[in-house]
Amino acid sequence: MYTQGLDQSGKGDPGARGEETAAQLDVFQARIDAEEKIEAKDWMPEAYRRTLIRQISQHAHSEIIGMQPEGNWLTRAPTLKRKAILLAKVQDEAGHGLYLYSAAETLGVSRDEMVGDLLSGKAKYSSIFNYPTLTWADIGAIGWLVDGAAIMNQIPLCRCSYGPYSRAMVRVCKEESFHQRQGYELMLTLCRGTAEQKAMAQDALNRFWWPALMMFGPNDASSSHSAQSMAWKIKRFSNDELRQKFIDVTVPQAEFLGLTVPDDKLTFNKESGHYEHSDIDWQEFFDVIAGNGPCNKQRMAKRRKAQDDGAWVREAARAHAEKKAARSAAA
Amino acid sequence: MSKQEWPLYEVFIRSHSGLSHRHAGSVHAADDEMALSNARDTYTRRSEGVSIWVVRSDQIIASDPAETAAFFEPAEDKIYRHPTFYEIPDEVENL
Amino acid sequence: MSNRAIPATYATRLGDNALVLGQRMIELVAASPELEEELANANFSLDYIGQARMFYTYAAECEGGGRTEDDFAFLRPEHEYRNLLLVEQPNGHFGDSTVRALLFESWYVLLLESLTQCADEGIAAIAARAIKEVRYHLRHSSQWLVRLGDGTEESHARVQASLDKLWCFTGEMFVADELDDAMLNEFNGPDLAAIELQWQKNVAAFVAEAKLEQPDDQWMASGGKQGKHTEHFGFLLAEMQHLQRVYPGAEW
Repeated sequence: MYTQGLDQSGKGDPGARGEETAAQLDVFQARIDAEEKIEAKDWMPEAYRRTLIRQISQHAHSEIIGMQPEGNWLTRAPTLKRKAILLAKVQDEAGHGLYLYSAAETLGVSRDEMVGDLLSGKAKYSSIFNYPTLTWADIGAIGWLVDGAAIMNQIPLCRCSYGPYSRAMVRVCKEESFHQRQGYELMLTLCRGTAEQKAMAQDALNRFWWPALMMFGPNDASSSHSAQSMAWKIKRFSNDELRQKFIDVTVPQAEFLGLTVPDDKLTFNKESGHYEHSDIDWQEFFDVIAGNGPCNKQRMAKRRKAQDDGAWVREAARAHAEKKAARSAAA
Repeated sequence: MSKQEWPLYEVFIRSHSGLSHRHAGSVHAADDEMALSNARDTYTRRSEGVSIWVVRSDQIIASDPAETAAFFEPAEDKIYRHPTFYEIPDEVENL
Repeated sequence: MSNRAIPATYATRLGDNALVLGQRMIELVAASPELEEELANANFSLDYIGQARMFYTYAAECEGGGRTEDDFAFLRPEHEYRNLLLVEQPNGHFGDSTVRALLFESWYVLLLESLTQCADEGIAAIAARAIKEVRYHLRHSSQWLVRLGDGTEESHARVQASLDKLWCFTGEMFVADELDDAMLNEFNGPDLAAIELQWQKNVAAFVAEAKLEQPDDQWMASGGKQGKHTEHFGFLLAEMQHLQRVYPGAEW
């Protein structure tokens, strides 16, 4: 998902605090098992804290980088209504990044540090945002598929054991409820439009289907952090469970649009009640996560440029605040 | 906090007049005025508020979780502070 | 001009200012100096696009010809746009876009204040909604002017250069043309001479608080209100109108 990189990075992260006793860990696990929320200042295992920082910051980075592919069509949105909707959506992503950075900050890491890790390439973000938006239909496909996949993952996160993260996610989910619907409605308009528009919609589905399925992260068998995250109730469903759920709900939606899901082997298994699909090209996934996707460099360059271009502004605001404080102290 | 990073503020929003302010989240801002603006632009986009408080996060004095037992458990056995502690026959009304 | 044509043309001009500035601000998305500023910029841009939609819809209503807000935005050529040259100027750096917003909003707030009292009820009603938004924008842009002007040596120099560069686009705001006169005389519209005096006073106060130097009286560019734009503007329209031009008549 937005935090799929978790499953690859930081393998075997050692708990740095040697003084964690079995008794402390037991008490902690008992609180988790009793569905108690953990709050910022509560005792927590160092590995729990680190996992959360990594997961929440990756989630935040994904929101922020995720503004770019959609932002690419803001200036070219075809109607004023669509322009306003898309801008409100991209703005929500900025807001969600902000809520999530704030949640991570409660764990004792600064936003500057997290942004530094993103810009240095140390921190990951969701692979999906490294694909280009080539036509207006891609805006619909992102809303429908990418936000649709995100919601599958984010709703369980509202019950995450860490209080600040779960509260941020409640807010995020509430605000995002329009995102997927506007995407699907956009696709519907295209599919009911001219032949060129419908072709545009099909092409968008062709390009975004597989990357959307990859958003759920590697197969359970090769996902190294899942078991511990499930025990800590940071994560509540496995990658494959969520991916299957997504496919099952999305395929009928594609059919309603009159679009073809780009998978020859896609069949509905009446016994299991689930769709069966072709294997995912995991090589592509690992390439994109490793930085070799179509837009990785472009996305990072744009983020870095914004950060660099803004340095004098952030500094000026601080300098002014200090001058003002000094003046009022002297008065 | 790095040299460049703006301080963190906690944001409290009153959603309707008559209700108390409630913690909404936090923002970074270089000064108090900016903190108010940033809180407005971040946390009231969907008409969530009619009044905003912001306070520097480092100015909040919080109880220590290690003292939770000493702080809060002594209140638990003072059940006589609650009206349900007192048994009054059903026939007596308006109590 | 017929009686309804005056408010129609005037509302179109107001819509043009709002849309063009809103579009410029949209170009800044994902490029703000700090995350909180990203949210603010999007709010302001949404306000401007919303205002443009209201003004265009009202203009279409006055015309009675069945045009829509999107016909105004996407199907008019450059010379039919009547926005001020100031709002179409490229974003430049944060100081440039801050000064552009401050100079425009200082004027726009006064204009809207006056328009809330005008005899055309449609325009007065939109102005009454818009002014609340723009008052907040001006609060934001003027605070930033002070932070940058009275911040670091670098920020002071940068924002002073922004002010010097953009000043020549302010004269046009106060030059009344036939349409302004018609609004003033027939609809109790804004008196640009009175607005100029107040604007000078307000801007001088912001500039002084920001410890900046007000530029000297100088040659002023004009032409936006007559549809003669700067070279930047054609690109803005080409980008914005792209889909409507490539796929004529399609529904989106």
